Amino acid sequence: MMCLTGEEPESTLGENEARHGTEQDAELDAAFTVLLEDSAEELYESAPCGYLSTMLDGTIAKINATLLDWLGLRREAVVARMRFADLLTVGGKLYHETHFAPLLRMRGELHGIALEMTTAGGGRLPVLVSSVIKHGSEGEPLLVRTTVFDASDRRAYEQELLRRRHEAEQARAEAEQARAEAERARAEAERARRQAEADRAELADALAALQQALVPTSLPVVPGLETAVHYHTASPVRLGGDFYDLFRLDERRWAFFLGDVSGKGPQAAAVTSLTRYTLRAAALLDPEPATALTTLNAVLHERYAADGDPRYCTAIVGIAEPAADPGCITIRLASGGHPPALLLRADGQTDFLPTPGGMLVGALPTAVFTTAETTLAPGDTMLLYTDGLTEARTGPRRDSLYGEAALRAFAADLAPAGPQQAINALTGLLTSFGDGLDDDTALLALGVPALGSQTRPTPDGT
Amino acid sequence: MAAMDVRRRNNITITGRADGPVVVLAHGFGCDQNMWRLTVPALAREHRVVLFDYVGCGGSDLSAWSRQRYSSLEGYARDVAEVCEGLDLERVTFVGHSVSAMVGVLAAQLVPDRIGALVMVAPSPCYIDEDGYRGGFTAADIDELLVSLESNYLGWSSAMAPVIMGNPERPKLGQELTNSFCATDPDIARVFARTTFLSDSRNDLKSVTVPTLVLECSQDVIAPREVGAYVHAAIPSSRLVTLAATGHCPQLSAPEATSQAVLDFLSALR
Repeated sequence: MMCLTGEEPESTLGENEARHGTEQDAELDAAFTVLLEDSAEELYESAPCGYLSTMLDGTIAKINATLLDWLGLRREAVVARMRFADLLTVGGKLYHETHFAPLLRMRGELHGIALEMTTAGGGRLPVLVSSVIKHGSEGEPLLVRTTVFDASDRRAYEQELLRRRHEAEQARAEAEQARAEAERARAEAERARRQAEADRAELADALAALQQALVPTSLPVVPGLETAVHYHTASPVRLGGDFYDLFRLDERRWAFFLGDVSGKGPQAAAVTSLTRYTLRAAALLDPEPATALTTLNAVLHERYAADGDPRYCTAIVGIAEPAADPGCITIRLASGGHPPALLLRADGQTDFLPTPGGMLVGALPTAVFTTAETTLAPGDTMLLYTDGLTEARTGPRRDSLYGEAALRAFAADLAPAGPQQAINALTGLLTSFGDGLDDDTALLALGVPALGSQTRPTPDGT
Repeated sequence: MAAMDVRRRNNITITGRADGPVVVLAHGFGCDQNMWRLTVPALAREHRVVLFDYVGCGGSDLSAWSRQRYSSLEGYARDVAEVCEGLDLERVTFVGHSVSAMVGVLAAQLVPDRIGALVMVAPSPCYIDEDGYRGGFTAADIDELLVSLESNYLGWSSAMAPVIMGNPERPKLGQELTNSFCATDPDIARVFARTTFLSDSRNDLKSVTVPTLVLECSQDVIAPREVGAYVHAAIPSSRLVTLAATGHCPQLSAPEATSQAVLDFLSALR
């Protein structure tokens, strides 16, 4: 600022320029004056917008040439003959009556209302309308002045926006509908899943009840005899084809059996059920083990083979009763095609109880069964098993069978052993087979407790 | 519903002589209770004047609006019935403009003890031409109106709506008020427009037994004179008065003549 102070030459120059500017303004004013000889009347008539003035009741008192031209109307047909609303489409008339006129009356002015006018040719002219009420000196309304703008382009743009908005709304509605449908489908799937779970639980309960009808949940206590059992099922529905039972015949005698029906699953379970209850009934009627097997053979053959659906089983049926020697138990058993019982003697000797030549039960109309007898002295244990044990696949490639010889060697290492001890060891053996054990396996051990161990040791050693 | 609730919901205004006979003024499609502002002073001198906004309009509680209820005139008639019940009004003179004239007929069916007389201002029981009846419009015309509604949001914006609608103590008529006048949520306006112009209440006219004034305008695009004659003929207890007024809103274009006609009718009732 300081350095500019007193720079006279610049200041003088500025005054010269100002004078020069005034002369130029005068010339421009003259040019404008020529242009503005375009009269107010001319300006009104030919303005780039429509003008009209109406009485308070809407009667058109004055209208400019521009609007008449747009509408294709003649002045004589309009002035004092038409109302403003007459220029509008029907929808526009409705809108005028319900919104435009009340608003104008309330506010005294109204701007930029979108309406459509009808042209003499039947066309439509989108317009933007602004109106102002002119009041008299007392404030009383006198007339309405209105300007009209051609809004064709603007309306096309707005229509496009509206169209886009409708499309967006529709897309949103469709998306919402799709979401709702997906939600319904999800709920339905969830409902089906719950139902399936409920069905599965119900089925599992039914299967458990059925399974208990095939093998006893626990064995009865037999005086002078210790028993132990293990059942392994390879079936996912828990219905095995192996069976066993132990039950009392009278004051002295007990019957037992263990076997294996052909096949697996529900059909095998049906055979198992028939087999179990047939054997129980037959043993009660006639305690001779071979007779029970003969009865079972007839029943199975009649029920299945005669119908062209042969089903059969292997089984060992036996009777246990006190022997003449005190503390000993006599076992008399018969086998129908079943692997021989294994005896683990108190002295460590281990032998099969051979029952050669016994035939499959139910395969033929008549069958021959082999009977054998032995006595269990204190410390002796008899093991019955199904071929799930001896036919378990072993070896690194699971391509060889475990076999009776290996079982006998295993038992020989074990003996002497009580029934529970033997079953525990064999359960461990089964576990060690892993996926090589792919069949049902039933194990039933009966033994006379060794002398001096009549009472089982209690946990505290007393 | 409780009095305070309905007062707030329907933005009820009570003015005039507290012990005077009750006149309920009901606005039609388009605007709100301020449609009556030019006629209220004359009516209020001797009468207790009750004004309200239908739910969805003016200063009503927009959250009380439901598409289902307000898609039939019955829903609006329930507003009237609930206003009368909420204020415990009896034997009122119900003045309904435009579609509200028919709403009044339906409300008189709902709460006959509370409505003692009807004034039907520019009424039409059916806007669409049908079976030799001339209402003046076609369904396509109504669609055009809906387009006009979409093209003019008239100051309504979702941002401003709470300010305009949410204030139960509305200021006396001032600039803010006139700015919000006619500002309606476009979705609600569309439903009201369809309900109004697609309704056919001709069969309800014969249910009217109370003294009725049919007030028509000499030049009305929406309710032409032959429709006024139809309404008058259908209601034996009615009197027909034709105002020298143009347009559909005589309470605005000819407020003195309108209030005088209503007052004449009211005095004849006593």
